[in-house]
Amino acid sequence: MNFLLINFFLISLLLVTTFFIFKTTSLISVVALTGAFTLLCSAIYVNLDAVDVAFTEAAVGSGISTILMVMAAAKLPEGKKNKLINLFPSIILAVAISLILIIIIANLPLLGDPNAPIHLHVVPEYLKESKDFFHIPNVVTNILASYRGFDTLGETIVIFTAGLGVIALLTSNTLNRKTNFKKNKKNER
Amino acid sequence: MRDKISSSPVLSVVSKILFAPIIIFGLYVQFHGDYGPGGGFQAGVIVAAAFILYSMIFGLSKGETLVPIMINRYLMCLGVLLYAGVGIVSIFLDGMYLDYNVLSSDPSTGQHIGIILVELGVGITVATVMIALYHSFASFGEINE
Repeated sequence: MNFLLINFFLISLLLVTTFFIFKTTSLISVVALTGAFTLLCSAIYVNLDAVDVAFTEAAVGSGISTILMVMAAAKLPEGKKNKLINLFPSIILAVAISLILIIIIANLPLLGDPNAPIHLHVVPEYLKESKDFFHIPNVVTNILASYRGFDTLGETIVIFTAGLGVIALLTSNTLNRKTNFKKNKKNER
Repeated sequence: MRDKISSSPVLSVVSKILFAPIIIFGLYVQFHGDYGPGGGFQAGVIVAAAFILYSMIFGLSKGETLVPIMINRYLMCLGVLLYAGVGIVSIFLDGMYLDYNVLSSDPSTGQHIGIILVELGVGITVATVMIALYHSFASFGEINE
């Protein structure tokens, strides 16, 4: 009962936050509200006993990405106010997508259903044998680093490549920053 | 705007107090990931948050002296190479790629060593990539200002 009440409370807060994200026009408040949104998501994950996911969501979603978005928003020029646009096509699109999602949700297994396909495939095997074999109590770590070691290597390379991309795109003028600065000063003289 | 922030004594004192505990918490998450929630990804982000806090409060140039750009980039590569290197080492020890069983005479100890090394590689890469992202974003377009 408590579980349901907490979940209901968190999801209604999520709806309120979404409404305000939709309503606000200032970029910084949108960034702050998105941070609040992901923090609420991580609270929901804690309520569902997915502590590892919640931890990642809190650290990455509401921590680092909010900071990066604030930095990006600070670099953007002052936004103009949106003119009134024709909302009709977007409303039709939103209603259609929500209908599709609702139909899909009706076909999903219930929350915590032990007979759901996800709980019948390889998970029982992992839960049963991993603790005896690895002597590591956290099954998530076992799956992440050992059973799915290749996937995690791929994820690390994805993060590395993303970093390389940003450095290549944005830092090209930081390396030349000092020389450009000197040139500009000379030109001013 | 940055000068205003760095001239506030409250912010600089609080961030000086917080810097070490954040890094220690990051290391705890890194090496306690086998027993509790956490692991390389989360620990990397937490450690990066400490350095980002430092460069936010004391300015980008001080942050770049603390973590020089080139060292940061070498560490970025080192993390991925550490992960991939564990796989190569296990090939040389007559195992398959990323098969940690052969890293020690006892398979479960080998798994432990492998998982800790691999998570360390993930942590180093994530932390340095996040610091590099912040520094790139923060220094972008500074000439125009």
